[in-house]
Amino acid sequence: MISRVEVQETNSMIREMNLDVRTITMGISLMDCAHEDMNVFNRNIYDKITRTAEHLVKTGEDLEKQFGVPIVNKRISVTPISIAAGGVKTNTFVPVAEALDRAAKEVGVNFIGGFSALVQKGFTNGDRVLIDSIPEALAVTDRVCSSVNVGSSRSGINMDAVKMMGDILLRTAERTADRGSIGCAKLVVFCNAVEDNPFMAGAFHGVGEQECVINVGVSGPGVVKRALEEVKGKDFETLCETIKRTAFKVTRVGQLVAQEASKRLGVPFGIIDLSLAPTPEIGDSIAEIFQVMGLEEAGAPGTTAALAILNDNVKKGGVMASSYVGGLSGAFIPVSEDHGMIEAVQRGALTLEKLEAMTCVCSVGLDMIAIPGSTSAATISGIIADEAAIGMVNNKTTAVRIIPVIGKDVGEIVEFGGLLGYAPIMPVNAFNCAPFIERGGRIPAPIHSFKN
Amino acid sequence: MKGIITVLGKDKVGIIAKVCTYLADNNVNILDISQTIIQGYFNMMMIVDISAPAKNFETLVEELQELGLSIGVEIKLQHEDIFNTMHRI
Repeated sequence: MISRVEVQETNSMIREMNLDVRTITMGISLMDCAHEDMNVFNRNIYDKITRTAEHLVKTGEDLEKQFGVPIVNKRISVTPISIAAGGVKTNTFVPVAEALDRAAKEVGVNFIGGFSALVQKGFTNGDRVLIDSIPEALAVTDRVCSSVNVGSSRSGINMDAVKMMGDILLRTAERTADRGSIGCAKLVVFCNAVEDNPFMAGAFHGVGEQECVINVGVSGPGVVKRALEEVKGKDFETLCETIKRTAFKVTRVGQLVAQEASKRLGVPFGIIDLSLAPTPEIGDSIAEIFQVMGLEEAGAPGTTAALAILNDNVKKGGVMASSYVGGLSGAFIPVSEDHGMIEAVQRGALTLEKLEAMTCVCSVGLDMIAIPGSTSAATISGIIADEAAIGMVNNKTTAVRIIPVIGKDVGEIVEFGGLLGYAPIMPVNAFNCAPFIERGGRIPAPIHSFKN
Repeated sequence: MKGIITVLGKDKVGIIAKVCTYLADNNVNILDISQTIIQGYFNMMMIVDISAPAKNFETLVEELQELGLSIGVEIKLQHEDIFNTMHRI
């Protein structure tokens, strides 16, 4: 029999600690939509997405009612467009992005991911068209998210792509300069991108995936923080144990929602992504967890260790709670989406360099960081190269989602609104790296990738 | 299939009566009730049988919520699975 204490615990997690299921993301393959005529291709993808995801939002809302737990986002990821649209005779994929945007609006999802290219080893013609279309595509659509994978532990880093993305980021920022350069908030540059990530902006439906799949991202920084408040001053064993127990409970809710969504939609369940994803709300912050752990601000010495503990124990607690774990699974440290991180930047506790160090031990990378709009393309490429190198050498996913905010400089604030939050513009190391980036070519795969 | 109803709010006359009447009208059988008052705050948990309700689950959730609003308390109906999965291996 369920006890009153258990019911109260669950409901106070939901009511007071912002426990939620962050996203139900439906992955849809667009491989069978191929056509050389752009109009036919766009009709095919629009029809397939709206048909397949017709009941996604309604099902999510019904599950919210059934279990009394908020399901914040319902989203769609699709086959990388550079592959799905590879056969289209065209020199721009902007109309494809517009078709995706229309489909997303029709079914009521808030983001659709997959305007993507995988170029870790080189470019196909479709990849080049796609990358070149990104600035315009992100400017003329509202809900389309884009990502480019520029490196992997198996293939090394495509430095031509790294160089290109510095320029693309700036062009995307300029094209959306009137809206705080928001285009860049919907664009992720990856190393070791995963095929089943349910979180935006980096979600796409990988080529190794099935026809259609349900992936679920859980969250709950607030719940972890509250649990850690109970063990203040205790040793690290207790700290780790507490995070594990909490992550287990949080993940079980995600697993339940994922299974039920899969059953109702008649779509196979893929994975649970065990990620602690903050929101701009007070009490839903990763930085606040650091503070409860004993750091004055995120970025203080000890922050990387604290993040490593958090990341590892979220996984350890979560893996037992779910039958399939995947995606990015770890802690996210987006600056603009976490009021505690924003405060740390404003107080001078957290720098770009410290964030880079933190990405060595967490699930993603430099995420939602605003930098001056005057930053050069080469410098942005340098930042991407550093992040990709961390991912390549450490066999982990890393990503860069930085926003060069046109017309703004260090100390100013940019407002994105909603879940994307707001961010102070952070200073960037001003020393030149252009000759390094100019070299072009490919960085070979690291020695430990040769495992066969 | 079982559901858990929790009622939270300032104590007053007739809370249980109103909830029970609604459940009876909708063919929902009450299996267990426990209730306490902590510092004037009414705190009730019910386990109910929702195998054959007169309306679908989502409608019951909405109508109970509205009933709660009308008498100034928060009424929540949830499927038992969320508690079972979270607290039981």
